[in-house]
Amino acid sequence: MVSGMIKALDIKLLRDLWRLKGQVISIGFVIASGVALLVMSLSTYEALRITSDAYYDRYRYGHVFAGAKRAPLHLEDRIRALEGVQTTQLRISMQAVLDIDGFTEPLMGRLVSIPEGRQPDLNQLVLRRGRLVEPGRPNEVIINESFANAHGLKLGDTIQAIINNNKRRLRIVGTAQSPEFIYVISPFALMPDKKRYGVLWLGRKAMEAAYDYDGAFNDLSLTVLRGTDTRQTIQALDAMLSPYGSVGAIDRRDHLSNWFVQNELTQNQASARILPTIFLLVAAFLTNTVLTRLIITERSEIGLMKAFGYSSREVGWHYAKFVIVITMLGVVFGWALGAMLGHLSTDSYARNLNLPMLIYRPSPLSFVIGAVVSLSVGLLATARAVSKAAALPPIVAMSPQEPPMFHGNSGVVQELMDTLDEPTRIIVRQITRWPFRAFATALGFAGAIAMMVLSLYFTDAVDEISRTHFGELQREDVALGFNDPQSSVVLTEIERLPGVLSAEPMRVVSVDLVSRHLKHRGTLHGISKGAKLTRIYDVRRGPVPVPAGGLVLTSRLAEKLDVRVGDQIEVRILEGRRPIENLTVADIYDSYIGMFAYLDIDVLNRMLKDRSVTQYVSASIDELQQEELLVELKNLPAVSTVALKSVAMSNFDQTIAETMMIFVGFFSAFSFALGFGVTYNAQRIALSERGRELATLRVLGFSHRDALYILLGETMVLVCLALPIGCLLGWLLTAVFVNAGGFQTELMRLPLVITPASYGLAIVVLLIASAASGLAMKRWVDRLDLISVLKTRE
Amino acid sequence: MAILSRETEAKAATLRAKGLTKIYRAGEVEVRALSDVDLDLYASEMVVLLGPSGSGKSTLLNILGGLDTPTHGQVFFQDQDITATDDTMLTGYRKDYVGFVFQFYNLIASLTARENVALVTEIAQNPLDPVDALKIVGLGERVDHFPAQLSGGEQQRVAIARAIAKQPAILLCDEPTGALDSKTGIIVLEAIETVNRELGTTTAIITHNSVTAGMTDRVIYLGDGRIVRIDKNRTRSPARELAW
Repeated sequence: MVSGMIKALDIKLLRDLWRLKGQVISIGFVIASGVALLVMSLSTYEALRITSDAYYDRYRYGHVFAGAKRAPLHLEDRIRALEGVQTTQLRISMQAVLDIDGFTEPLMGRLVSIPEGRQPDLNQLVLRRGRLVEPGRPNEVIINESFANAHGLKLGDTIQAIINNNKRRLRIVGTAQSPEFIYVISPFALMPDKKRYGVLWLGRKAMEAAYDYDGAFNDLSLTVLRGTDTRQTIQALDAMLSPYGSVGAIDRRDHLSNWFVQNELTQNQASARILPTIFLLVAAFLTNTVLTRLIITERSEIGLMKAFGYSSREVGWHYAKFVIVITMLGVVFGWALGAMLGHLSTDSYARNLNLPMLIYRPSPLSFVIGAVVSLSVGLLATARAVSKAAALPPIVAMSPQEPPMFHGNSGVVQELMDTLDEPTRIIVRQITRWPFRAFATALGFAGAIAMMVLSLYFTDAVDEISRTHFGELQREDVALGFNDPQSSVVLTEIERLPGVLSAEPMRVVSVDLVSRHLKHRGTLHGISKGAKLTRIYDVRRGPVPVPAGGLVLTSRLAEKLDVRVGDQIEVRILEGRRPIENLTVADIYDSYIGMFAYLDIDVLNRMLKDRSVTQYVSASIDELQQEELLVELKNLPAVSTVALKSVAMSNFDQTIAETMMIFVGFFSAFSFALGFGVTYNAQRIALSERGRELATLRVLGFSHRDALYILLGETMVLVCLALPIGCLLGWLLTAVFVNAGGFQTELMRLPLVITPASYGLAIVVLLIASAASGLAMKRWVDRLDLISVLKTRE
Repeated sequence: MAILSRETEAKAATLRAKGLTKIYRAGEVEVRALSDVDLDLYASEMVVLLGPSGSGKSTLLNILGGLDTPTHGQVFFQDQDITATDDTMLTGYRKDYVGFVFQFYNLIASLTARENVALVTEIAQNPLDPVDALKIVGLGERVDHFPAQLSGGEQQRVAIARAIAKQPAILLCDEPTGALDSKTGIIVLEAIETVNRELGTTTAIITHNSVTAGMTDRVIYLGDGRIVRIDKNRTRSPARELAW
């Protein structure tokens, strides 16, 4: 008997779900969006972490890296004898200008030696095509796959490199990837540039001969046994290599490529934690509002069920099932969508990063979190609403709901009310009668706007970074680098080159900056006092002058070293005579990118006991003569680096577009779904609550449009109310997001800049979403069954 | 015969239904709610439609009021065929000429009595002042009350005031006293009677309650979707003398 009744209830459940399918789908969609975002972000992060770890492991990526000017190979035994050292690899590694037929822009490459005929012991190559270089063939080269693809280079093609001031033609015998070059980044570049910077692996003998490095090396990497403290290894290496022009050993953690990978992962992790959390919370809030009102409209059915003898618990369970079904529909769809998008985004990362493998095995955690959060929020909302409805005696719940009590206004308010027509008055009274409900609905709209603002914010942030970096800080058109420091006479020579308008010197040295127990290993930039091209630029204060003697640090670096203006820092230069000096922090400036330290170039040269010397030159050029200049530069053997700003800029944008924007795209789409879901539900519920009044108006001779006006008017008022709140909320969410750890990496600090255009677009999107759902409402209003609505009891 | 026809001509038909048939299709079942009904309603007269549930009373009233359309047949309002018009025209017909009163009052909870009436007068062509309309139904003192502050009978009288404030040509009442006790019901019927007398509105009332028949000019009996018989009352008894 009882089971028969329960079955009937379940049929009612299915029928109700079908009847409310529009709302079921739109609530499900909001939930699915949150869950999908969570699964996508977390699983992408996991997959990238697992994949990069596996990649590093399988291809024996080194744990410690060190460079020197020129060190003898016999050091290897001493290095191997260091505690914990497992495997060592001594190489020759050089920067060179490359030339590919038909490509006029400057190209650079990193030449790295490998043993002939076999894989190196560490930092092995993932051979994608061809073979390794063979002994006795000094002109054979393996190039990194992305560079080969970017230029359409095939096996057997040749590529020219200026090696030790000689042009050499090298024949490509293989393409490869390597765990130490996941990110292939040239000096000066903010972002990897597949087209203009390549890695060339040459045979050890060929490199020895070309650079006259017989029995010597300038690059070292090693692995250590598990549990070894690499800090001690690094210290020992620094001591051992310092007579040979060491620039300081670094841990894998600080190795450029991996550092970028880790930054990327950290950012991914941060967004995986924060964005879906925000999204799920907003989605949860919406689900709560919608379900609460949905259940209130079921009031008389709840009364009926209680009259039949169902207990409050049974009634509660019935509606809980209703919510579970809706939520699980959303959750399952979100799982599938999230897993699919996660795979897609991991895949796109893997392709961008040239990872040779992809391990996409999302752990159940993200799936479970998504489901648990969504379900508990849904059930909580339901429990509150159902228990409220079930608490009414059945006869009260079943009898027509008393008309809700409205109150008249007095004074000015009444005068204002008198100026309104009746439909408008209905709207106003409706809102003021249930201010909390109206506010909650408005907050829902605001939440949708806020999510849009947050998703659009990323573009603003990147634009702002690009603007300050390329527009204010790095104002030169081209940066030139030399393999060895040059006398400043070179400046005059460069100024004489075709198209060069002005040139400024710059010197960059490796340093350890030490303050008490804190240490930062990085670079120190020496620039001239009146520098106009490469400036120190504070994102709030504008250009910062180069002080006479002291250091200028980015605020990130000052934080890391815990120093303030006026404090002393021990500067240990890791090049040349390796001088150590205490310098005062003269200024600290805010920047979005990197951890930079600046010093007057004359002071730097004096420290190094060099006369006026420069290693890099920033130049502004006449665009019309750029081609001519580039041809000229290719023939200057001393120049090892040519970096065009225009190229760097477009590359920055492109890289951002390829990585970040995939995510932002999905995020925006989800935010749109949220906006539509909220407005559709708000109006659909308003319709079910107000259907009777609307039908009455239609009977009294009001047109469809009048009825629609009352229905949508309320929404529009709330939407208008939501616009400023949403923008403010968007700003707040963004601020929370930006300041949450993980997004302030050493590479980049996200600026809290939201353009009016982003606010505008978010607003427009919500308006479109509400207009779209308004159109859906029009169909309902047109189909209002006047007779049945009026003849049935409320 | 001749006398009868002269009398009919003198009293012009406000509303004339010819051959009304309404068939509802519910799945595979056809329900014939009305079968070939002819009916004329004359200016200023008050009629009552009596009949058991399912006899077609409401269907007939809804079609006459432009809420529903017949499957076959025509309804002429002042010689215009309203069944041949579209939804916009029907909306206009309801707006300008028809007043409805239902068993459930269907007042807008967020508007006061006066404002509920103003809802209609704002869009009508030749409306009464809302307060005057409320005075006719005896609610002159309660114009600024919200529905929640009024009793059931008072709410129904606001609904009547709202229906007649536009000075409709026809007032259609579907079970206006169905939800009320007899004392309150009589007050409501008195209000309808006043409206019919003072404004000369053609009035049709659906009821289960045959006692109501005494206050009208004609009593129309329906059964199985057809008009079974029409009785004419020689005299109308005042509503206050009715009792049930």
